[in-house]
Formats: sequence, structure tokens, C-alpha cells
Amino acid sequence: MSAALGFALAAAVVVVAAILVVRSRNLVRAVLWLALALLGTAALYALLDAPFLAGVQVLTYIGGVVTLMIFGVMVTGRHTGAVAEIDRAGSLRGLLVAGGFLALVGGAILSTDLSGPPPPPPPTTAELARSLLDEYLLPFEVTSLLLLAAVIGAVVLARRRDPGLAGEPKSALPSLSSEGSLR
Amino acid sequence: MMLRELLLLAALLFSIGIYGVLTRRHAVAVLLSIELMANAANVAFVAFATLRGGPGEVLVLFSLAITVSEVAVGLALVMLLHRRYGDTVLDLAQEAKG
Repeated sequence: MSAALGFALAAAVVVVAAILVVRSRNLVRAVLWLALALLGTAALYALLDAPFLAGVQVLTYIGGVVTLMIFGVMVTGRHTGAVAEIDRAGSLRGLLVAGGFLALVGGAILSTDLSGPPPPPPPTTAELARSLLDEYLLPFEVTSLLLLAAVIGAVVLARRRDPGLAGEPKSALPSLSSEGSLR
Repeated sequence: MMLRELLLLAALLFSIGIYGVLTRRHAVAVLLSIELMANAANVAFVAFATLRGGPGEVLVLFSLAITVSEVAVGLALVMLLHRRYGDTVLDLAQEAKG
């Protein structure tokens, strides 16, 4: 019974935080609400007998992604709360599309027979690691290649000399010398 | 039963992400909404893995790695946008239209 209560609590936190992520006008606050939504998701994982995933979620998402996002907001926005406008007509259209998608998928979930055999016990962290380096070795290596490519691509993109910006000083740190970033 | 509620929660989170992607005009805000959508997919993976078995937990690990690399490239694009136009509203970047 207390497990059901925990699920309901975590789900409520995640949903409210997610709504605040898309509605908040202050971008820094939106990022922090995202952190709360991801933390609630980590709690859901822990309740679902996946403690390793909960830990990874906190480390990579909240430790890595949210920090990166805050960094992105700080570097590109005005420092005192970058404002993100939401126009009313676009909001109505978005509500319509999102509601339509929810109705479609929700209807499919409700009309599907989800009963099945009782699940096997969830994998321990050791079993997870073994299957990652044994059965899923090729995807694992491909993922490492993807991460390498993404990091190199990000560095190349962020350092690129933009021909649209005339007279940019040839500094070793273009991001520090370009206009606007020190504003 | 638990699985149905968790799948509905994932669908709801994904819809909130769709709403954010469609209504936000700031590039970082759009990235945040995409994160919400990826997170919703992960919730569905873990729910199936725990309540029905299957390799869902390993898939979530791969999904996390892919999301992280997407954020890295996405933020690099945001910085490029900012350096080129002095702002990060996506409406500015219309040159790539065919």
C-alpha cells in the first residue's frame, strides 16, 4: 500500500515539475524544474526495483545535463533571467496537438490487454553489467563511438569561425571574444 | 494494476514535452522539452522491464548516452545561433529553409 502511495507522490511531482518546465518564463527556473522532474523520475526508478538506473539518472542527468543546460542559458542569455515568451495562438495549437497525441496513445494503452506472465526478478547491477559487456557488447561499443563523435562535433561547432561575423579577432578562445557573450 | 498507470504517466509526460517543443521559441527551452520526451520514453522502458521482464534497463542506459550526446551537440548549436544572431530565438534561424 505504501508503495502505491510512493508511486502516486513521485508521479505527481514529475507531472507538476514537467508542466512548470514548459510554462515557466524564466529559463533558469525552467532548467531547475527539469532537475526536479528528473529527480522524481529517479525516485520512480528506485521504486521500480532499478536502483542502479536511479543512480545513473541522478549522476548523468542532474549532474551532467542540467549543469550543461544552466551553462547554456548563462552563456547565451541575459544573465538576469532569460525570458522565453509563449504566444497565445501558438499555445492553443500546441495544446491541441499535445492533447490529440495524449488521446491517441492513452486510448491505445487503455484498450490494450496488458496482462502477461509474472515478471522475472529484476536484474541486479552485476547482471546488468554482465549483459552490457556480453550480450550487448556491439551496441556498447557503438555508443562509445557515438559519444566520441558527439563531443568532437560539439567542440567543432562551438569553435567554428562564422563567416557571417566579419572582423572577429583571431583569438584562441573565440567564444570569449565574440560579441554578446560578455554582455 | 501498475503497468497501465505507468504507461499513461509516460504518455502524459511525452505530451507535455510535445507541447513545450511546439510553443517554446527559445532554443534552450526547446531542448528542455526534448529532454522531457526522452525521459518519458525511459519511464516506459523501465516500467516494462520491471513489470514484464525484458532488456529494458540496458536500453535505458543506451538511451541515456544518446540523450547526453544530443544535449552536447544541441547546446553547441545554441551557442552558434547566439554568436551569429546575438539571440537564441529559433525564429531567427530560417536560412536553412529549402
